[in-house]
Parts: sequence; structure tokens; C-alpha cells
Amino acid sequence: MNNVKFSLIAIVVAAAVLAFAHWFKVDYLFFASYTILQFIVLATAWNILGGYCGYVNFGSAAFFAIGAYTSVFLHKAFPLPVPLLIVVSAITAGIAGFGMGYLTLRLRGSFFAIATLALAVVLQTLVVNWDFVGGSRGAYIIRPENLEIGSFQIPYIEYLFALMLGLTVLALVTARAIEHSQLGYGFATIRDDELAAEASGVPTLRLKLIATTLSGAFMGMAGAPFPYYIGYLQPQSAFGLEYAVNSIAMPMIGGTTSWVGPLVGAILLGSAQQYATVTISSAVNLLIVGLMLVAFVIIAPNGLIGLVQDWLRKRRAS
Amino acid sequence: MSPLLHVNTITKRFGGFLALDGVDLVVQPGERLGLIGPNGSGKSTLVNCVCGTLRNEVGSVNFNGEVIDKLTAHERTRRGLARSFQLPRPFHSMSLADNLRIPLLYTVRAREGMLHAHTDLEARCHQLLELVGLLKKANQLPRDLTQVEMRKLELARAMAAEPKLLIADESMAGLSHSEIDDILALLFRLNETGITVILIEHIMSAVMKFSQRLAVLVSGKKVADGKPEDVVRDPEVVRAYLGQ
Repeated sequence: MNNVKFSLIAIVVAAAVLAFAHWFKVDYLFFASYTILQFIVLATAWNILGGYCGYVNFGSAAFFAIGAYTSVFLHKAFPLPVPLLIVVSAITAGIAGFGMGYLTLRLRGSFFAIATLALAVVLQTLVVNWDFVGGSRGAYIIRPENLEIGSFQIPYIEYLFALMLGLTVLALVTARAIEHSQLGYGFATIRDDELAAEASGVPTLRLKLIATTLSGAFMGMAGAPFPYYIGYLQPQSAFGLEYAVNSIAMPMIGGTTSWVGPLVGAILLGSAQQYATVTISSAVNLLIVGLMLVAFVIIAPNGLIGLVQDWLRKRRAS
Repeated sequence: MSPLLHVNTITKRFGGFLALDGVDLVVQPGERLGLIGPNGSGKSTLVNCVCGTLRNEVGSVNFNGEVIDKLTAHERTRRGLARSFQLPRPFHSMSLADNLRIPLLYTVRAREGMLHAHTDLEARCHQLLELVGLLKKANQLPRDLTQVEMRKLELARAMAAEPKLLIADESMAGLSHSEIDDILALLFRLNETGITVILIEHIMSAVMKFSQRLAVLVSGKKVADGKPEDVVRDPEVVRAYLGQ
């Protein structure tokens, strides 16, 4: 299936989801599904660097927060419509990703992971001490009740949901396109063996920079509408542990070698978390992530996708 | 004729350890050069410096009339300098065909007007696999291969980059006699197509059969360079291998 065909199918599916949600007309449904969509984008973005190239990024929250705080900053400095905020956030987070890549990609394995964690701490400290965007007090964003286009009135949460749905489509189409391109082959060689990759003519440093930039940009995009969604943004929530942990856990549970993995993982884990938040308590979230991650590491180290692939291979062999 | 590779008095240190000490080496186009030396004599370090994996502190490397000291490893590969690794380093998550597709995509296609059609790429992959006798396993993963097949894959990947110079770093270690003959035949065939080959090896029978010229490294210094029959009788070489 070529990329255009896949994009069309993805858009049709997204439109169907939107139509269904609109028909269902429950605000909570929008509210909960927004979070799941946001995690699909985050997990897919993480997977471009972590899954395809094998570089584990523990600083996802930092890129998400860069997106969110870019929105807060612009909301106060010169207000723009949310789609434009997403574009600006993509640029700032993309630049941050490039910078992080340039500074840290000579590190490998756990050293790289620690460096990305450090980046998150540094950025959080900066934001906490930056009064214009609210500092440690946080910032209120009063969002309008409805978005008005001419005589049309769309509830704002529905608008944000539609935007996030669009971002999800963009992220998945991009990830899939990379996977089937020369770039994707290059990424996989970095994951397998960087020395052999260089010897085969793969410009590893340039490819890694492309990966960190793309990955950072998508995380920033996921964060851009967040202040409008939540209404009140404080450093603790923007830099929350759940973003870093979920962006890693979701692709791991789904499977890291394909674009389907983060999608499946995010839907599964995201829904479980939403369900637990409502039925048990919001504090159980991370416990669920932890337990599922442990279970999957034991049962299916290559994620659900890996499990299915193994099963198919065995069936073909017998 | 100007040399294809000219290693000009290069020196490489690892902390206080002098791994290469002013090594000079000239390789003519189309030549078959054997490079031998005891363990730890600096053979692999020399390969790494020539191929860009390591940077030499002193001296320079000239390849095909160009000083390549500032180039990264992948840029050197694109200019026609390919190597195989001492321990095979296949891309383990990819099929054999995909393993060869990488240098085709990133090296050959990067040159002008080469392999732009998808079918050309596929055909070339298959051609290479057939050459090394691995066509039947095109869709399998490297972990399904035997040791000798792994070496062949390693050589095939280096060949896929369509090099002018191929450096085979101990591609026969641990193989049986008939397997060694297999690999040797492959290297001879490559040489006949015009590719210059540097063979780094411990197995003397193979080196003597293959090389037109033999160079010997001992403790980071080149102690001998000349006709294979003469070099193996050189007193300094004998001393290095057998002790006094």
C-alpha cells in the first residue's frame, strides 16, 4: 500500500471517529479520548527515535512541555489560533530536539538516556523560574466555550479533539512513510550496528539528527493544545512523569519496530488508565503502566506486534 | 601509475600505548596485498584508520588521489573504500537481501545516475547473493546462517558498495580448509573484476596463495614489505613470529 492510499484511509477512519464522537455527544468522551490521542502522538514520536533508531529518550516530557509552554508564551505575547500554535511548537520543539541530538548523540545506551533525563530537569528548572509563563505558580488559560466560524458554533473541546485527531493521522502517516523509505532502512541500521552502518555508507550522525528533530517536533505538537485542554498549566503537570513513562511504555507494549506498535500500545494503555481514573483513582495510573510493562517484558519482549509476528512465522513454518 | 592507496607515516595512540608508529603503505590499483602480523600488532587499527572508524593523529591517508583524513567513515565508503569486519557485524533485524540493500541504497545510489529503478535494486541484491551462494536464504535473518555463510554475507555487503579497494579483515579465521578455499575463490574473482584487495589474515597458506605482495606489522611498525617468499624468510619477521 502506498503512502497516499494509507493517508486517505487514515483520514477516512479519523473522520468516522469524529462523526461517531459527535453523534455520541458526551463531553467526557471527548475529554478522555483526547488524552488517548495525545498519547498516540507522543508514543509514535518517541518510537521514531527509540524504536526505529534504538535511542531511548527519557526526556519526552521536556519536549511535550516545550510545546505546551510555547502555547502559553504565545497566548500571552501574541495570541494565535491553536493550529498555528501547533506549527510554532513543532518548530521550537524540533529545534530543541536537534540541539539535544547534537549535544548527546555521541553518547550511547544508558548514557544517552541519562542525558535526556537531565535535559528535562534543566528545562523544568528554567520554566519554574520564568515568571512570564507563570513560574511555579502555573498559568491560567481561559479557553472560550465555543469556537465560532461564521455562524457555526463548535464546542471547544470538540475542536481540540478534532485537532488532536488530525495530529494523530499526521504522526502515524509520517511514521509509516519513514518505515518504508530509505530513511527507515537507515534508522534500522543505526539500531542494529552503527559501525557497520557507517561502513555501508550510512551517514549515521545526520540520520540521528533527523530522528531527534522529527521526534521532538511531534512531541511538541502533542503538547501545544494541552494548555487549552487543561485550562491551567503548571510545570509539574507539563513535565509530569506520566509523559516520560507512557511514551516509553506504550511503544514497548505495542511493539517498537512498526508504526502499529505505538498505536496499539497507546490505545490499550491509555484506555486502561482512563478507566482506572474513573473507577478507582487517578493515582493508580502509573501503577497500571508499571504492572503492564513488567508483564509485557516477561510475556512479550517484542510487544504485541512481535507476539503476532512470531505466531505468524510459526504457523507458516508448520 | 599513481597508487590507489597511500598511507603516509600514520601514527595512532591509545593513551600511553602506541598502536601505530609511523606506518607507510602504498597499494597499486588492482593489486592483491597480504597484511600479516602477530596479535596486537596494529593490523585492525590500521584498517580502522584507513576506513575512518578511528582518526590517526599523525600522518595522512591518500585514496585515489585525494587526501581523506577529514572524511567520515561513510564518506570514505562512498568514495570506494570498503571493508569487512573481523567479527561479522550483520544488521541482525534485517533479512540477507535487506542487509545488502543498505550499501546499495546509501552508497551506490548516492553516486550519480545509479540504481534509481526499484527493479534494478532488487536485481542487484539477488545478483550479489547469488555470487556468494546465499540466494536461497535471501529472506532469512542473519541468525539463521552458519559461520562461513556469515563471513560471505559480510564480504557481500562490502562488495555491494562497489568499492575500488576492499579490505578483508580476517574473513577466514575459524573456518575449515574447504571453506577457506571458498572465500579465497570469491576474493580472486573480485580481484579479476578490477577490485584491489587487502587481505588481513593469520592463515599463512591462504595469505601465500592469495598475495602478490606481503606487508608485515609488528608492534605498530611495518618491518617488511615485498615478495611473499622473501618476506617470510626475513629474519625480523621470523623473530617476531617465533621469538628468538
